[in-house]
Amino acid sequence: MTSLATNLATSEALPRRQSRVWRKFRSNKAALLGGIIVAFFVIVALLAPLLPVPGPAVTDWGAVRQGPSAAHPFGTDEIGRDVLSRMIWGARASLMAGVVSVGIAVLVGVPLGVLSGYLRGWTDAAISRVTEALLAAPFLILAIALAAFLGPSLTNAMIAIGISAVPIFIRLARGQTMSVMTEDYVESARAVGLTHWALITRYIVPNIFPPILVQGTLTIATAIIAEASLSFLGLGQQPPAPSWGSMLNVAKNFLEQAPWMALYPGAAIFLVVLGFNLLGDGLRDALDPRDH
Amino acid sequence: MALKKNLALALAFGLAATAVQAQDLRIGLQDDADVLDPDQARTFVGRIVFESLCDKLVDITPDLEIIPQLATGWEFSEDGLTLTMTLRDDVVFHDGTPFNAEAAVYNLDRSRNLPESRRASEVSSISGVEVVDATTIRITLAAPDATLLAQLSDRAGMMISPAAAETMGLDFGLTPVCSGPYSFVERIQQDRIVLERFEGHWDAANYHFDTVTFLPIPDTTVRLANLRAGDLDMLERLAATDLTSASADASLETAQATSLGYQAMTINVGNGERSGGPLGQDARVRQALSLSIDRSVIAQVVFEGAVAPGNQPWPPTSPWYNADFPIQERDVEAARALLAEAGYPDGVDITVQVANNPVQQQVMQVIQAMAGEAGIRISLEAKEFATLLSDQTAGAYEASQVGWSGRVDPDGNLHQFVTTDGGINDAGYSNAEVDAFLNGARVSNDIDARRAAYNGASAILMEDLPLVYLYHPVWIWAMETGIDGFVPYPDGMIRLAGLTLTE
Amino acid sequence: MLAFLGRRLLIAIPTIILISIFVFTLQKLLPGDPVLVLAGEERDPAVLEYLREQYRLNDPIIVQYFTWIGNALTGDLGISLRTQEPVLALIGQKLPVTIQLAVMALIIAIAIGVPAGVLSAYKKGTWIDWVANVVALSGLSVPNFWLGIMLILLISVKLGWLPASGYRPFADDPLDSIRVMLMPAFVLGTGLAATLMRHTRSAMLSVLKSDYIRTARAKGLAEHVVLIKHALRNALVPIVTVTTLLFGELLAGAVLTEQIFNIPGFGKLVVDAVFNRDYAVVQGIVLCTGIAFIFMNILADAAYRVLNPRMRDE
Repeated sequence: MTSLATNLATSEALPRRQSRVWRKFRSNKAALLGGIIVAFFVIVALLAPLLPVPGPAVTDWGAVRQGPSAAHPFGTDEIGRDVLSRMIWGARASLMAGVVSVGIAVLVGVPLGVLSGYLRGWTDAAISRVTEALLAAPFLILAIALAAFLGPSLTNAMIAIGISAVPIFIRLARGQTMSVMTEDYVESARAVGLTHWALITRYIVPNIFPPILVQGTLTIATAIIAEASLSFLGLGQQPPAPSWGSMLNVAKNFLEQAPWMALYPGAAIFLVVLGFNLLGDGLRDALDPRDH
Repeated sequence: MALKKNLALALAFGLAATAVQAQDLRIGLQDDADVLDPDQARTFVGRIVFESLCDKLVDITPDLEIIPQLATGWEFSEDGLTLTMTLRDDVVFHDGTPFNAEAAVYNLDRSRNLPESRRASEVSSISGVEVVDATTIRITLAAPDATLLAQLSDRAGMMISPAAAETMGLDFGLTPVCSGPYSFVERIQQDRIVLERFEGHWDAANYHFDTVTFLPIPDTTVRLANLRAGDLDMLERLAATDLTSASADASLETAQATSLGYQAMTINVGNGERSGGPLGQDARVRQALSLSIDRSVIAQVVFEGAVAPGNQPWPPTSPWYNADFPIQERDVEAARALLAEAGYPDGVDITVQVANNPVQQQVMQVIQAMAGEAGIRISLEAKEFATLLSDQTAGAYEASQVGWSGRVDPDGNLHQFVTTDGGINDAGYSNAEVDAFLNGARVSNDIDARRAAYNGASAILMEDLPLVYLYHPVWIWAMETGIDGFVPYPDGMIRLAGLTLTE
Repeated sequence: MLAFLGRRLLIAIPTIILISIFVFTLQKLLPGDPVLVLAGEERDPAVLEYLREQYRLNDPIIVQYFTWIGNALTGDLGISLRTQEPVLALIGQKLPVTIQLAVMALIIAIAIGVPAGVLSAYKKGTWIDWVANVVALSGLSVPNFWLGIMLILLISVKLGWLPASGYRPFADDPLDSIRVMLMPAFVLGTGLAATLMRHTRSAMLSVLKSDYIRTARAKGLAEHVVLIKHALRNALVPIVTVTTLLFGELLAGAVLTEQIFNIPGFGKLVVDAVFNRDYAVVQGIVLCTGIAFIFMNILADAAYRVLNPRMRDE
């Protein structure tokens, strides 16, 4: 009976909460701007095969490192490929890198964090020590070592970045779980004899979802930069497929002769990362329960 | 009186010190050198540092003639089994130890016998070294060795102080003591190596800088930026694509020399399972691959013409180049025909591994596009250099894009790669005739006989193609205007004799 | 307090052991043979085998681990395979470089981040807040290496104001040393400034709402006195904590920054060591940074407890 009541209460509360969050979010111009930027790049990436641009690997020996023109609005690269086309296809790689690596981090980190915060005791101690050890190895060094171990490729870069980001999500999920567990209504639900599974799915997961969403959005931004950094060291997307980071890696050798090769991918990384950061920030504000 | 004299002396010194400001030459290198012990060292940039730090028994001219350095003369016996060398008598090491026959013998023995010696294989033909008199040594050989003098013109012929080597042992490389024009001052890993002029050098008058500082700056763009900003006086390995803008810059000068080395694709023809594909098993597929490549387009697109297209282990300008096999024109139709003849009318799929650095990847992407038009679909497998190397040795590759820095003697560019027991025969190639030709070329001191042997070998290799040669890099040095007397050498070294800088 | 420190130090031990096992296995999993990499173009099998024996690379991995950790306990971290210098000496040589970079970057980050955060909180909801936020986020969104290369091109090559790269020991010439490090420190500092700005902003926001600020204002104190003396001082607690925790981020950032500006510090050492499979160096560095990181954490917690009495009850 009690469980039914609480169930009803939460399911009724949800739409109201959602609409309040949406209102708050909408009124935040910065967050809206972030959302628009992200949506733009996502759409471009999805539509890549349909857009009227040459293939990203089509070479033209007669047009090597040529500046922007009608035929190539963003110019051509070091072996005569269209930079605009590579930017569009590169958006796929860069966005994928961000989303997939964060997905990995969430899927690995959140269950471990919940387990750690829920069970406490030895499980918690063990998971916490491993998390600390992972955190203590600087993120990029870890990613470099992992990418080197797995071999340079976009997929492996995503795995490496994902694994390096796991500790943040373990910590976050653990902290949230522990604070939810001390709430009175959880205490009473536990006293009523709710199963572990029910407790976790009904109380803990909905409560840790907002901060994970915020952290996830922000981490996507970091992950996109990390992929670019790994590409910069030669450990990211491999030729001839483009990613913004690997385009920059090559472009740095032609800064004087062909500045457009560095300008556009650099600007795109900046914009999309800024978009995710603004979006994440807006979400944080909108979802912050202290602020209403 | 005495006081007055001292005062005058002091004044004179003071004046001299202010009049002639200590001059430092700062050279930007592409990598950080490894151990500074000639017997243990491995890196190319290490050799550049040694060039100023250590004297060698003999040196080379830009045309690869062997000339005296610490050895004033040498003579092979009639049977080619004894080499007698006479040595300079006015040489001391940086620690004051005199250089003499005894020191030379010590050094050659160290190169041969030190367990850590990377030089052992270079001087493996030597069976004994003995002192004849204070300035003469006699080297006995197990078999005639045409490459020996060339080896002695490099690290194997570098002389280090026996006294220092004895006290320092394996740590010699931390504070090396040689007899070169500059002596070791300090080294900070990945930051700098500082040398200072050695007044006691036998040719000191020819070296004009008080100190030389080597600064490793791996990024070519940053290296050039440092030169332009005046933080370097000179750099090695300017990017070919920066040559045009550097030449146009009035404050910079450039110098070039075609290197002794090459870049190629090594094909796995017999090194484990991965040699089982069409590329490894059928020479016609390899010929088709080679025919599908337009080497001059690679040179133009990737290097703006600043490399020498090539199809043999030595450049077309080398006296060892086999003129019967000039670089073929690209011929897509012929390549397709060869594929069809080999039983692949629909083309073949191959995987080529390449180091994950932008320039080599550019080269392979151009080749990928070209070969694709002939029906050879290449997928590129980028690997970090350490992985590339171990996979290549282990045969875990189908084809591998790698280069070789080159050696003075032609033997060093070919023998170890394609002879059956060759130390770097990663292709797993084995052909008794080629073995016979190349082993023969090694033991003969007759130029014509050697040339005939190399021509014989290359006739077979051009057919079998265990290595598909692509181009020969060009060493490009850039320096500030005001540096005079720089002589480009095809070995890529920087020799400071006669070099001056007027600011 | 002592009990707290004791407990934390005790907990640190298994973490450090975990780090050591972790870095060791990761190393051994890396493809590529260190001896082969070292050999480069000179691959004489006899010498390679001799070196493998010499560096005990043929031992079973467990034996290798205990040899290493045993030596490490006596302060011997082995020697670099590449240059034969002792790893401990290398770390001693590189540490001051990275610390200088980190300190300068932190100073820049604080100089930008804290005032921006204070201003942004004070003018919450206005366009100033909005601009400060977007600018801070921009700092976080520019890839370090891109900013670095652009700055080299602009400031060193085009304008010739600062050297393009390199390092000058502080002891040699303090002023020149700072000048050389200015650009890299700025690049590294911008990202951190954003983080600091945001933490300052939220700390200031909660302090500004509190009763004693209202009291201070009611007393008729000048606004800047309220803001700086009362509000910022109280907001400093979380800011200081965050700053200590930025250590890890600083180190990771230093890895790339040192690569771009060719600074011979920790980061460059470790990246080159990974690529060269210079095992002893990578292990030594990760172990040292790991331990440093853990102690920074303990220090941050301790500082937090000292500064914030409420925490003590927990």
